[in-house]
Amino acid sequence: MKNYETVIGLEVHVELATESKIFCACSAKFGGEQNDHVCPACCGMPGMLPIVNRRVVDLGMTAGMMLNCRINRVTTFDKKNYYYPDLPASYQTTQWFAPVAVNGTVTINTSNGPKDIRIKQIHMEEDAGKLVHDEWTDTSLVDYNRTSVPLIEIVSQPDLSSAEEVVAYLERLRDLLRFSRVSECRMEQGSMRCDVNLSVRPVGSKVLGVRTEMKNMNSLSAIARAIEYETARHIDAIESGSGELVQETRRWDDIKGKSYAMRSKETAGDYRYFPDPNVMPIVIDDAWYDRIRDSLPELPECKKERYVSQLGLSEYDADQLVQSRALCDCFEAAFAECGMAKEVANWLISDCMNMLNRKQMTVDMLNINGKALGQLIGLVAEGKVGRGNAKKILAVMFDEDVDPAAYAEEQGFMVSNDTGKIKDVVRAIVDADPKSVADYKSGKEKALMALFGKCMRELKGNCDPQVLRAMLIEMING
Amino acid sequence: MRVYINEGGRIGGKRIVLDDMILTRELPTTAGSRMLETYVSLFEAEAVSRLTQAGCTVGGKVNVGEFGIDLMGETSFFGACVREDGTLASAAAESLKDGVCAAVQLDVNGAPRRAAAQNDLVCVKPTYGTVSRYGTIPAACSGETVTVTAPSAAVCREILSVLTGHDDKDGTSLSEEQCSLLKQDAQRRPVRKVAVAAGLTAAADDQVRADLAAFRTFLEERGVEVVEIDDQLIRASNTAWNVLMSAELCNNVSRYDGVKYGYRSSSYTTIEELYTNSRTEAFGELLKSAILFGSDVLSTDNYMKMYDKALRVRRVIVEALNSVFAECDALLLPACSAKRYTLAAVQENPYLAFEENAFTAPASVSGMPAVVVGGIQLMGPAFSENSLLDLAQAYRKEGQ
Repeated sequence: MKNYETVIGLEVHVELATESKIFCACSAKFGGEQNDHVCPACCGMPGMLPIVNRRVVDLGMTAGMMLNCRINRVTTFDKKNYYYPDLPASYQTTQWFAPVAVNGTVTINTSNGPKDIRIKQIHMEEDAGKLVHDEWTDTSLVDYNRTSVPLIEIVSQPDLSSAEEVVAYLERLRDLLRFSRVSECRMEQGSMRCDVNLSVRPVGSKVLGVRTEMKNMNSLSAIARAIEYETARHIDAIESGSGELVQETRRWDDIKGKSYAMRSKETAGDYRYFPDPNVMPIVIDDAWYDRIRDSLPELPECKKERYVSQLGLSEYDADQLVQSRALCDCFEAAFAECGMAKEVANWLISDCMNMLNRKQMTVDMLNINGKALGQLIGLVAEGKVGRGNAKKILAVMFDEDVDPAAYAEEQGFMVSNDTGKIKDVVRAIVDADPKSVADYKSGKEKALMALFGKCMRELKGNCDPQVLRAMLIEMING
Repeated sequence: MRVYINEGGRIGGKRIVLDDMILTRELPTTAGSRMLETYVSLFEAEAVSRLTQAGCTVGGKVNVGEFGIDLMGETSFFGACVREDGTLASAAAESLKDGVCAAVQLDVNGAPRRAAAQNDLVCVKPTYGTVSRYGTIPAACSGETVTVTAPSAAVCREILSVLTGHDDKDGTSLSEEQCSLLKQDAQRRPVRKVAVAAGLTAAADDQVRADLAAFRTFLEERGVEVVEIDDQLIRASNTAWNVLMSAELCNNVSRYDGVKYGYRSSSYTTIEELYTNSRTEAFGELLKSAILFGSDVLSTDNYMKMYDKALRVRRVIVEALNSVFAECDALLLPACSAKRYTLAAVQENPYLAFEENAFTAPASVSGMPAVVVGGIQLMGPAFSENSLLDLAQAYRKEGQ
């Protein structure tokens, strides 16, 4: 058997994180009651005209810049014609002639070192609706909620050569697009989808083999499995000379672990693209271009490097933070306020993550005010609020934007500086528990902790532990 | 003769009729097609909102050729408007004999202008983008415009003044500042020099040429300089518009697939049969021809040769017209080749509309305004509606 190499190009669809749809004001949120997020425009009714959501163009440009593309300063929308019941107007508005971004690169890390994957283009388009098959009545129903939800399609050159590289590429795209808030990139919700174009050729050959396109993979592991299966299928067909290999679109069945040819009707056809006369060309002037360029985030690997070398965080802590833009933003705001990097990282990685887990929220949903978190950490460091009370305040900060100092004051969480009051409490506790006092005096350290705990509870935690401890020892010994 | 597809209010302010390409909430909007025989829109056209806010009453929806692409309504599912002598009438023009003050129509392929020319009415097709197309049934979006037809230029001007204005709901709507150039009190440039389209004039029959000659005499008596120009480039509008209109139409009517609303065939077992049978049964022959032609010019094989070429020709036509209007204030041309069409002629040649639009396509392709008066057509540069209407008013000796 000859040695073969696999040549893979990807078309990745990513739903943009906009509030509203691409050409109308309907909500673009995932879920909702069926056909709740619809209006005459996204249902393709006659007489409605498309009005471009500028935020979609912002995010298309952002994605282009994150992927080192050239931005087309005049970008246009075109119509793609085909019939399917989930496409209410029987055309999809997309970009064919002048996509928003072209000619980029994405660098991935592979077991053989870094590799550049070229990006052919990124275009903006509207999503289609969803068919819901009711097997009971043998009918199909249409849900148009997803119709006209904005997407970008990222088309790579055929620069990928293995399942490993494809997974690395998709993970890198996901990190870059999440970090720049272009998309949530959640494959399980369909906000990131991938079509794989694959062919196989003998090593050293310059001629590409017969190409197949695979659809319907909804996880990274399914994509890896599909690529391995399809590569083997291609090699088998070439080796056996069966002539089975034809250019076609195939559907991946992850449960059966096989790909199947789609019916030719689903793949054939001339899309008859032409410029949409209802959408004027979008001209991206310097001010718009600069606004987007200036809003680009620092790349995750740059942040990590800075957190370790300049702020003294451990590699582990830095890795934890840079997995999410929300964590980084909160970390940086809190650090700017209190100047204690390690403390802020601890609060975020342990306390905040625990709280997110309890609320079953993803880390990208973290929504606490970083500046306030910094203030809270400052109050703890200065001994003004006890650690236990600080956690209570943090829990409140998850739900509302409170000022930690004012809230601590209001709730009586501020550490008391009234030494007279502390002394009274300590005296009463010591007097009431001669046994513990005697135990401590006979060398049992634990007895002191019991007394300390009683005092702290009595004082509701509003006391500098160092001060309390010193006063307690003084009282017992005095 | 079916003038009204649905009748509206008889009392109230000024009674306006709409052709059945303009969406209303109270009355069905059929586009003259079996496909939309019972279709009632969820929203009304911006033009309708503006008219009712200005105190007009929608007196009804008048018959229109299927999706507005035919000669003068002969392809309507509800029947052609034919006079006893076998000539074609226009539903909009007939309604104006009945106390209606003006007809507001969507000019897709020149039918409203042809009707005005043959019925001695005044029609204004405004500059593209000055009247919102929100709520008009889309056929050929890049050139179609809402028009006003009335017995007098003064009424045309008054109704146009109500309709014009920026609309956020139409992405091709021009700015309020540009739209306000069409208001009746806007500043205007007097017409001092008029070009005559020699080739198009020669293509019209004797009676139409007599109308053109009469208008020319009127101009010369007013001291307006008249010059004949070679209109070879402008005549390319005919082919260019047929390509552009058919392509856009084919795309715009693809939404009528029998799935969501509109006509659905009763015989189908698969989704493909549902599409095919519904469209086969509900669409008329001229529309089907346009769909086929439009699909063909957009196909991968023909796109560059046909559609892309038509877009380039459109640009050449605009440049040719711009150079005419650099020298002259208006262009005089016929609106149609004859004073009457017969039903027999259209039956013999169903594509007559695609030939007759030689006279109306220059304004459709270029987006420039046109006014029909006294059986002739005047074109002018963008926003020259008031200048053209001034001339029309003088020609008809209105207010004298």
